[in-house]
Amino acid sequence: MRLLLLLLALAGPVAAEETIVTGLSQNRVAITANYNGSEILIYGAVKRDAPAPSPLPVEVIITVEGPSTPLTIRRKEWVAGLWINRDTILVDAAPSFYAVASSGPMDEILTQTEDLRYKITIHHAIRAVGITSEAVDSEEFIAALQRLQGTADRYRLEEGSVQLTDQTLFRADVILPSNLTEGDYRVRLFLLRGGKVIDDQERVIGVRKAGLERFLFNLAHQQPLLYGVISLLLAVAAGWAASAGAQLLRR
Amino acid sequence: MLQLYLPIAEVSVNALLILGLGGIVGFLSGMFGVGGGFLITPLLLFMGIPPGVAVATGANQVVASSISGVLAQVKRKVVDFRMGGVLLAGGMVGSWAGVSLFSYMSALGQVDLFVQLSYVIFLGLIGGLMFTESLRSLLRARNVARGAAPAPIRRSHVHNWIHGLPFKMRFRASGLYISVLPPLAVGALVGVLAGIMGVGGGFILVPAMIYVLGMPTKVVIGTSLFQIIFVTGFTTIVHAINSHTVDMLLALLLIIGGVIGAQIGAIAGTRLKAEQLRILLALLVLSVSIKIAFDLFLQPDELYSIAAGVLP
Repeated sequence: MRLLLLLLALAGPVAAEETIVTGLSQNRVAITANYNGSEILIYGAVKRDAPAPSPLPVEVIITVEGPSTPLTIRRKEWVAGLWINRDTILVDAAPSFYAVASSGPMDEILTQTEDLRYKITIHHAIRAVGITSEAVDSEEFIAALQRLQGTADRYRLEEGSVQLTDQTLFRADVILPSNLTEGDYRVRLFLLRGGKVIDDQERVIGVRKAGLERFLFNLAHQQPLLYGVISLLLAVAAGWAASAGAQLLRR
Repeated sequence: MLQLYLPIAEVSVNALLILGLGGIVGFLSGMFGVGGGFLITPLLLFMGIPPGVAVATGANQVVASSISGVLAQVKRKVVDFRMGGVLLAGGMVGSWAGVSLFSYMSALGQVDLFVQLSYVIFLGLIGGLMFTESLRSLLRARNVARGAAPAPIRRSHVHNWIHGLPFKMRFRASGLYISVLPPLAVGALVGVLAGIMGVGGGFILVPAMIYVLGMPTKVVIGTSLFQIIFVTGFTTIVHAINSHTVDMLLALLLIIGGVIGAQIGAIAGTRLKAEQLRILLALLVLSVSIKIAFDLFLQPDELYSIAAGVLP
């Protein structure tokens, strides 16, 4: 009888029994002139009404996703002795930044079906509908995108970087790079057991330019002619000043 | 390490590195009378600046270093303003045609290849011609100095069909009395190439003024810079309005380095003989051409590249 109950508990929906509560060290990032990356602490706890319902351990996966933009991926090919861009693939939306942090190896704590459903790993976060019609080996283009963004430190996978204490408390540090794009960064937290997601939560970090960066960016977009003229005057003044300065030095 | 986040380029860069980069390009600009656009754009791209920002901001920097350079030349009274004006008139028409050609190639989808091939062909051709010519005159000068061979009488220019053309004009600073048609044509051709390649065109203009128009080398530098100011100034405004890609903070760093470099370059230029100056510029132009040719002919390490947005 006991065994049967345990089996039922394992098979039945367990989502209601364990939930996560989370917090962020900051929900706003200001990009100022001396901005050089920032570290965000993501922490939380597993809330239970009753003792853990299963002997299997809980795991945590955290994703941080930057604003998505359309992208063009091109491949060079050898044509008549020259290496030129030939095949092109259009990606509808690829995140400008994507970091995955987990409490264990991804392929052990997350099943493929759950990954597909919640779009957790980088591969599923890239939205490329209908690319197979654009090139036969479209998968290679997506792999190249992940590789290039990985080298540029824009896509990251940090397995085991989430510290989980007593199956209850967890924390992770996610470092935002210095080449950050403005926008809303989506933080998703997944609580898993036996490869299945039992609870998830979403948070947003607003990344905005501030101070001089904000001012120049707005001016460039709202008053482009004025901005262009100021840039030009700056160049003229600097060119003249250097010439005058050199003249003074020679005397 | 002094890191600075650029508002338009949206990357964080080392400020000192950018200052140094501006300084090197400014030095070359002051020394040879080239704007340096053909150097600054690839260098900025290499540092991770997006292509659009690199081209537009590079143009803005070239304005500053050209002004700094031209003022140094004006003091020496070696700027032919009249010739500069005629070249500019041709250049405006040419650059309009060049930009149109550029959009046509963009529509065909092979604009990268087109630009790269233009670089290889024109830089290679001009660099090669300049190199052989200046090497020959350098060797001749050396032989004369040794007294080994009698010096052939060297004329600054040879009379040919160009001098039979109508609409003659006197260019005092250059010591020329020629038709305005060749300078107009040279200006237009340079304008076309500048429009395609996104540069001021100094590296084409300088040799064209020496070899086609027969101007003395010392006048060429200042006159070329004078013309470049207007071409790149125009480019800066067009980019600021159309694509919002001029990064003022990046430009400021490049400019500070550039104007100082241009002054040092102008002084260094006076220490060198005209032949030596030409041979060095030829080597510089040739090496850029060879570098781009290698990119085209050798298999790259990474075949794939990402571009933001959807191409037309």
